[in-house]
Amino acid sequence: MARYIGKEMSRVEGIAKVTGRAKYAAEFRVPNLAYGFIVSSSIAKGTIKSIDTREAERAPGVIRVFTHLNAPKFRNDPQDRSFRALQSDRIYFNMQPVALVVAETYEQARYASRLVKVDYNAEKHQTDTEALLASARDPSHGRGTRVRGNPEVALREAPVKVEAEYRIPIEHHNPMEPHAAIAFWEGDRLTIFDKTQGVYEVRRHLASSFGIPEEDVTVISPFVGGAFGSALRPNYYPTLTAMAARELKRPVKIVYTRTQMFAGHGYRPYTIQRVALGADRSGKLTAIIHEAVHNTSSFEEFDDNTTGFARQVYACPNLRASLKIVSTDLHTPTWMRAPGAVSGMFALESAMDELAYALKIDPLQLRLINYAETDPESGKPWSSKALRECYLLGAKKFGWEKRKFEPRSMRDGEWLIGWGMATGVWGAFQAPAAARITLRADGTAHVVSATSDIGPGTYTAMTIIAAEFLGLKPEQIKFELGDTRFPRAPLEGGSMTTASVGSAVHGAAMAIVARLLDLANRNEDSPLKGAAASDVELLDGRLQLKSDPSRYVDAFDLMKRHNLNEITETFEARPSREREDYAMLAHGAQFVEVKVHSELGIVRVTRIVEVTACGRIVNPKTAHSQEIGGVVWGIGMALQEATEVDHRYGRIVNPNLQHYHVPVNADVLEVETIFVEEDDKIVNPLGVKGMGELGMVGIPAAIANAVFHATGKRIRELPITPDKLL
Amino acid sequence: MRPFKYARATSEAEAVQLVSATPTAKFLAGGTNLLDLMKEDVERPTQIVDLTRLSHLAQIRPTLNGISIGALATNAQVANHPLVRQNYPLLSRAILAGASAQIRNMATVGGNLMQRTRCPYFYDTAMPCNKREPGSGCAAFHGLNRMHAIFGYSDKCIATYPGDMANALYALDATVKIRGANGQERTIPIRDFHRLPGDTPEQDNNLQHGELIVAVELAKNDFAKHSYYLKVRDRASYAFALVAVAAALALEGDRIKQARVVLGGVAHKPWRSTEAEDALVGKEATEANFRAAAEAAMKEAKPLAHNAYKVELGKRAIVLALQRAMDETI
Repeated sequence: MARYIGKEMSRVEGIAKVTGRAKYAAEFRVPNLAYGFIVSSSIAKGTIKSIDTREAERAPGVIRVFTHLNAPKFRNDPQDRSFRALQSDRIYFNMQPVALVVAETYEQARYASRLVKVDYNAEKHQTDTEALLASARDPSHGRGTRVRGNPEVALREAPVKVEAEYRIPIEHHNPMEPHAAIAFWEGDRLTIFDKTQGVYEVRRHLASSFGIPEEDVTVISPFVGGAFGSALRPNYYPTLTAMAARELKRPVKIVYTRTQMFAGHGYRPYTIQRVALGADRSGKLTAIIHEAVHNTSSFEEFDDNTTGFARQVYACPNLRASLKIVSTDLHTPTWMRAPGAVSGMFALESAMDELAYALKIDPLQLRLINYAETDPESGKPWSSKALRECYLLGAKKFGWEKRKFEPRSMRDGEWLIGWGMATGVWGAFQAPAAARITLRADGTAHVVSATSDIGPGTYTAMTIIAAEFLGLKPEQIKFELGDTRFPRAPLEGGSMTTASVGSAVHGAAMAIVARLLDLANRNEDSPLKGAAASDVELLDGRLQLKSDPSRYVDAFDLMKRHNLNEITETFEARPSREREDYAMLAHGAQFVEVKVHSELGIVRVTRIVEVTACGRIVNPKTAHSQEIGGVVWGIGMALQEATEVDHRYGRIVNPNLQHYHVPVNADVLEVETIFVEEDDKIVNPLGVKGMGELGMVGIPAAIANAVFHATGKRIRELPITPDKLL
Repeated sequence: MRPFKYARATSEAEAVQLVSATPTAKFLAGGTNLLDLMKEDVERPTQIVDLTRLSHLAQIRPTLNGISIGALATNAQVANHPLVRQNYPLLSRAILAGASAQIRNMATVGGNLMQRTRCPYFYDTAMPCNKREPGSGCAAFHGLNRMHAIFGYSDKCIATYPGDMANALYALDATVKIRGANGQERTIPIRDFHRLPGDTPEQDNNLQHGELIVAVELAKNDFAKHSYYLKVRDRASYAFALVAVAAALALEGDRIKQARVVLGGVAHKPWRSTEAEDALVGKEATEANFRAAAEAAMKEAKPLAHNAYKVELGKRAIVLALQRAMDETI
């Protein structure tokens, strides 16, 4: 039985974080550091007519002011259309960098940034997705429109149907840590400390931008103070930082302000969806039409895959799911926690609730009636799917059977009570990943992989997995990440890190075992003679036969006998071929109680039970933390979050935490997260699925459905603020 | 922020003298608003005069006729002070409805009165704002104005005063004690402290440059038994009011002898609704009379493109606040 996998463990890096020993990108001490401050454009579209940097250059401490006129050009990379700053006089979006002031101190740089005078030739911009719908187009590399059966006919003939539009505003990630980089050059070799979810991605981006070999770039990112997708793409500040450091021949640091983050790393796009559902009178779905349109920038395509997962949720023979994009004069959107899924499921799961009321069927029953026993999209069997168990357990824990069907039928004094539910879905992705283990004869192990830990607990999970399969105690393991000198790992995104990197750590541990067995069996008298690597395991320093632990070799004695202080194995784990025969998803069910003030329209989310099935749970402590975090994100999306753009100026008006609301402690009341574990032998050797995104996917719909139940008002445009409920 | 000179005042007189001498000088107390605005380049003082060592200005003490609250008393100190809680619970409630615990520990009474609008256009130097840059225009007027005024605005400015504490002070007829440039003290009744924007939205209040708030004084009143502060906002804490109501009633038998209804989040200053008060005085404290008062309060409201909800919300909030003022008898 597992000794550590599945048992609660506190974060191994927790003490370092709370004592400040953990160093984030902007905190590294580098001698002779200069500070850069980005000057942002004040128009959304046009060109720079003139830029006067003289006063800024004369300001105290200023070393140089870079603009498009004197900044070197980055190498053009057709594979990478991401925005690079100071390359021309063209303005593509508001708050685009137009200059970089570098000075001896941060304060001097920031002050001098106010002295840069820019004149523009403004052009007519359009930042309003609603005004551009006529120009909506298929993404050129997108998944296009998917059709199964004959949805239009099925909808027309359906005895019961619902159809509605849903809107989600632009939202920004707002991690606590602002994006930051420190760069320095040693000859033609670049080292950069960066806030990123993928050091190898940043390395490729920088090497390509500067036209230097990837091996000459080192990216270091041991700790990330939250990212949620905002540090998946390299963003424009690492190239800018490295450029300034190279030109000035000294280390340079750039840190975004909170406001700059709003135009510095992308956002969840403005998304309009139309959902039409048809069903027979028993509630069986006969047609699903799910269309989405969202914005992208004028220079780059972004595809949020809004309607992707929604195709696989319900058994329905007729479906059309499409996504179109429009080009706005805003920065490019990017992935934001549960990208596409939470947007698509807000619309689909709101529509399912509307259908439940049209049919007068309990919303949970409607989901069970349409339960997909196999993948409706591919027809493949599920590798595992415990969604039904999630529904039933969640309903039981929540007390769903006491729900009165009619809206406005439950009350607590001035407060209307509403109970709503929804389904959550996410993938069970795995990408190629490598890890290296060095086992030392002193009984410790050093495990490394160039993954990231943006908060989910990767440090801890990998320590647990290494301890499990090396048979050591967690305190004997040192796991390191976030460094391009370590073996390659994918971006920490899409909730695939434990599946990908965990499988690599597992594989490397297995390689260590095989190596030790090989060493042991060089001895004619080995008690393990004839055993295959899969027959043995390491446990507390013994390499032993699984079937008969009395037959063992002391692994560390063995190493010493061979004069080996340490042995090292690197392993790259790849998704198995077997995965192709199955459909793989993680699922969840959310049950929400809201109280809505009958007079004031204030919504309080008083109770949430979330049950998720995402394979095996490596560390319940951090896993619950993930799901609770997802729930809080769902509350924010449902009730508060909205990036407001004044389209006259094409400019975000609330780029700060006083005006852009995220939930505060007082908004988060009772949250219970429960896992239904799945024994999945297909997904990967560890049997783990994605969970970080999953936790929020159904929450906005469940809250909106609960608000409907409380008030009788169906709010189809997020966020649900009090004014919409008067 | 821009470079500035810093001086730490050792006396009120010195503080006043230092600020008076420089037209672009500012007093610094808790700094919770001024420093933010300086970082955003909205406020650009060349001289900062730090008041925080003038500890005598932080005293809260009873007076013959009520209470005197020093201008440097923090929001937390005032809200938690036994005399305030006992005699002016409305003030305590209003303060605790504002900001966050951390900010209330820093923010002062004087500073809170001086708090500038939270209009997002005021905060962004790339957009027009007559309050920040007179003559540049009001971007909010035809812009995103969900949070803006429904009373007393002008075509120059539709910003709201964002604070909570002042709404209670208006209801309690506070007096603001000021030390002037000439060393003289004067008082301003709180209702005359803030201004409506008119043609000079850059002026939030009626202080002359260099004048220092030294205290806020409250007289004894009959409102402690029946008062309530109701704040409606987009999240449970740390958000500015969509609408706030400071309600206070004094009863004589079954009849309302005195009433105070002050609205927050609806105007360039705390909006005392004498219409609502007049509708209440002499009447019984019934829901029907509260509704009539709420209707009277909102009669002259002139909502903008995105804030019409404030009219209905304001009415409901007034009724509720008055009801709770009656329910929550101390």
